Amino acid sequence: MLRFILRRTLQIIPTLLVVVLIIFVIFSVVPGSFISSLMSEGRNATNADVMAHLNQQFGLDKPLLVRLGDYLWGLAQFDLGISYRTREPVWNVIEPRLWPSIKLALAAMFFAAIIGIPLGFIAALKPGSMIDSGTMMLAISGLSLPEFWFGLLLMYVFALQLGWLPSFGYQADSIRHIILPAIALGVSPMALLARTTRAGVLDVMNADFVRTARAKGLSEPRLVRGHVARNVLVLVLTTLGLQVGSLMGQAIVIEKLFSWPGIGSLLVDSVAARDIPVVQGAVIVIVLWFLVINMLVDVAYAAIDPRIKVT
Amino acid sequence: MLTRLGLIAALSLGTATIAMAQDATPTDGGKLVFTAPYGNSITSLDITATPHTQDEIVAKALNRSLYKWNPEKGQPELDLAESVEKSDDGKTYTYKLKEATFHNGDKLDADDVLWSYNRLADPKKALPGAEQMLQIAGVSEFQAGTADQISGLKKIDDMTVEITVTNLADPGWNLMSNYAPIYSKDYAEDQLASKPNGLGPFKMANYVAGSKIELVKFEDYFEEGKPHLDKLDIMLMGEASARDVAFRNGEIDVNILGPVQYEAYGQDDALKDNILEVAEVYTRNIGFNPKVEAFQDKRVRQAINYAINKDLIVEKLLKNKAYPAVSWLPVSSPAFDRNAEPYAYDPEKSKELLKEAGYETGLSFSVTATPNESWGVPIVEAIIPMLSKVGVQVTTDPVESAVLSDKILSDNFETFIWSNSSGPDALKYLTCFYSKTSQTACNYVKFSNPEFDKLVEQAGSETDPAKQADILRQANNVLQEEAPVWFFNYNKAVMAYQPWVHGLKPNSMELAIQDYEDIWIDADAPASRK
Repeated sequence: MLRFILRRTLQIIPTLLVVVLIIFVIFSVVPGSFISSLMSEGRNATNADVMAHLNQQFGLDKPLLVRLGDYLWGLAQFDLGISYRTREPVWNVIEPRLWPSIKLALAAMFFAAIIGIPLGFIAALKPGSMIDSGTMMLAISGLSLPEFWFGLLLMYVFALQLGWLPSFGYQADSIRHIILPAIALGVSPMALLARTTRAGVLDVMNADFVRTARAKGLSEPRLVRGHVARNVLVLVLTTLGLQVGSLMGQAIVIEKLFSWPGIGSLLVDSVAARDIPVVQGAVIVIVLWFLVINMLVDVAYAAIDPRIKVT
Repeated sequence: MLTRLGLIAALSLGTATIAMAQDATPTDGGKLVFTAPYGNSITSLDITATPHTQDEIVAKALNRSLYKWNPEKGQPELDLAESVEKSDDGKTYTYKLKEATFHNGDKLDADDVLWSYNRLADPKKALPGAEQMLQIAGVSEFQAGTADQISGLKKIDDMTVEITVTNLADPGWNLMSNYAPIYSKDYAEDQLASKPNGLGPFKMANYVAGSKIELVKFEDYFEEGKPHLDKLDIMLMGEASARDVAFRNGEIDVNILGPVQYEAYGQDDALKDNILEVAEVYTRNIGFNPKVEAFQDKRVRQAINYAINKDLIVEKLLKNKAYPAVSWLPVSSPAFDRNAEPYAYDPEKSKELLKEAGYETGLSFSVTATPNESWGVPIVEAIIPMLSKVGVQVTTDPVESAVLSDKILSDNFETFIWSNSSGPDALKYLTCFYSKTSQTACNYVKFSNPEFDKLVEQAGSETDPAKQADILRQANNVLQEEAPVWFFNYNKAVMAYQPWVHGLKPNSMELAIQDYEDIWIDADAPASRK
């Protein structure tokens, strides 16, 4: 197990290198620069001398390969560089956004799991029924709802009309503030989980070992609990892991809409300002989150299914 | 309670003067929930490190400068100085500083002013606010590295500072800037971005990056009896629709409106009585690059101005949340010519001019534009059929805002559509069309006209404000005649506010930047604001 974790950890390094390289290439090709972003408001506030000094200060006047080399050397020493915009170490810019992002991703996934998995089970246990059709219609709607629109709808109903919840904002110790953004972000994974669970349960229900267990007179609840659920769990866990991993990067629209201080909105602002060190740092954090979650899922497989060995 | 404030009529003072006739005596206490609407984050709590309006909204609560902008009078006035004396040659100013305290308890003195201005101008710091220091004598030597200090800055005694400038323009225009605050020389510079220490009416209590800034009243603020509020929360809310819901729900106290909301709020009985409007000092325009041969001919540039029905665009697309432009200077400028007529919508005249210029068979060009709803791609799409009627074919070159400025600064465009500062200092912003002003500074269309240059030079050496305004008015009229841009509109900024909020001002420089120390809330405010 330890060897598996070590190997997977080492595999992260080339992945990160590729990511860093891609971002460097993209930002060297796309038009616009940090300096031009300072002028984006058309207020004539930045003079040529300041621009030249800023270029020099941030090493933007150096060739791309030199900048890349400098960045990689810093990264090898766990130094993400200095933000062009705030002139602070990149980690200082990212760190306050990390926990709100993780919290939102986990809350959205919690909502998705507690609704999506039972819905999938219920639909699969009564295939072709009204419940099945209704559940799957709900799932398809959830998958196709535009997040921005759905978020606004939630604000309108639960904040403006009913007055139950705040419509926006973040408070570290408040559960009320996270409910609407978590639902808005979690509705799509909820729908996906419902569909995946339904497909998985239907598949297992038709498997030989289930037929055998049923022929031996095992009651339906015990059959579902003891045989079906456990076998479906691997599939559900895979979906869950992939979704949790990607939610941090997917939360951009929701974070913007609800003024939620996460990594996603930081990433968008940094792209607009061409603050490449922060873009790099934010992407590295998102990729790391994805890889670590999926590694944990792989480890969890072994605990759930004794047939699976992680080596 | 005051009703809707139409402020365009107040031209004579240079800015809208129908301040909020919000009667009654201010009461102290309570909390205001303000919004910074230009994004979901700020760049830095050190305003000298950033040129963005979003950051200025916060900085106005934290810091103070030597001068401040008076929105009602439409001119700069002393803030941290109690008096100023001007030398006979009009270039040396001696300021007597007020007794003031920084948030950390340090007392303001002359060394703080010298330290702050030297820091701002220091080329090694590369601070965007350096722009405001350029008028001070000796800054160019200091920036070139031939002087250790700025020679135009002198400490007379602990509370007296002498500033020498290079021209006859009032230094207040530069030194009132929120980007040129006075900081304490004894405070750690590397702390300014995270733990600000200013002279402003509010001090930092809590900052949630990407969400909000919570501020509390600074008890030792130098203005007696101010601020009125105990707390000020500034919510970072870039999404207009989210702000709309939050405002209607009473979660925020002010909301900056876009065209669609402006129309909707104006028709809503519950909201229409609490709207503040002002003509801001921004001119939306399409700049013609003279490297396109056709644009070297004044008749072509005029023809485009005649071919577009800007009134229709302002009415239908911008929902009247703009004032159709006459020339460059906005209606709130003291040098705005009230007798001047804008280019009329006259396609026939346009065709005639194009024919005279040799373009009767047609002309085509692209407009580099951002997605902005008030001065971007939607506007270009509206003018395409209008210009097509006179034989001018237009294509759109859509870009994001950082790319727009990049293309303009690198002269990589045929035309652009942008919103540019055009005030409040008429001389400064007309100088953008002076032939010796570089394209990277602000002469984006490389305008060059001897008559215009002469007028700008004349205005620069005129000390009588009335005479100077008259000369600038003439220069502005030359600009209209020469039409280096399509004069589209001046922004009408609109702010909706809750009925319990008082003391908001029609700030023509930027409506979202308010004198927080003058704002107060009344007894009708909900419990969450008390």
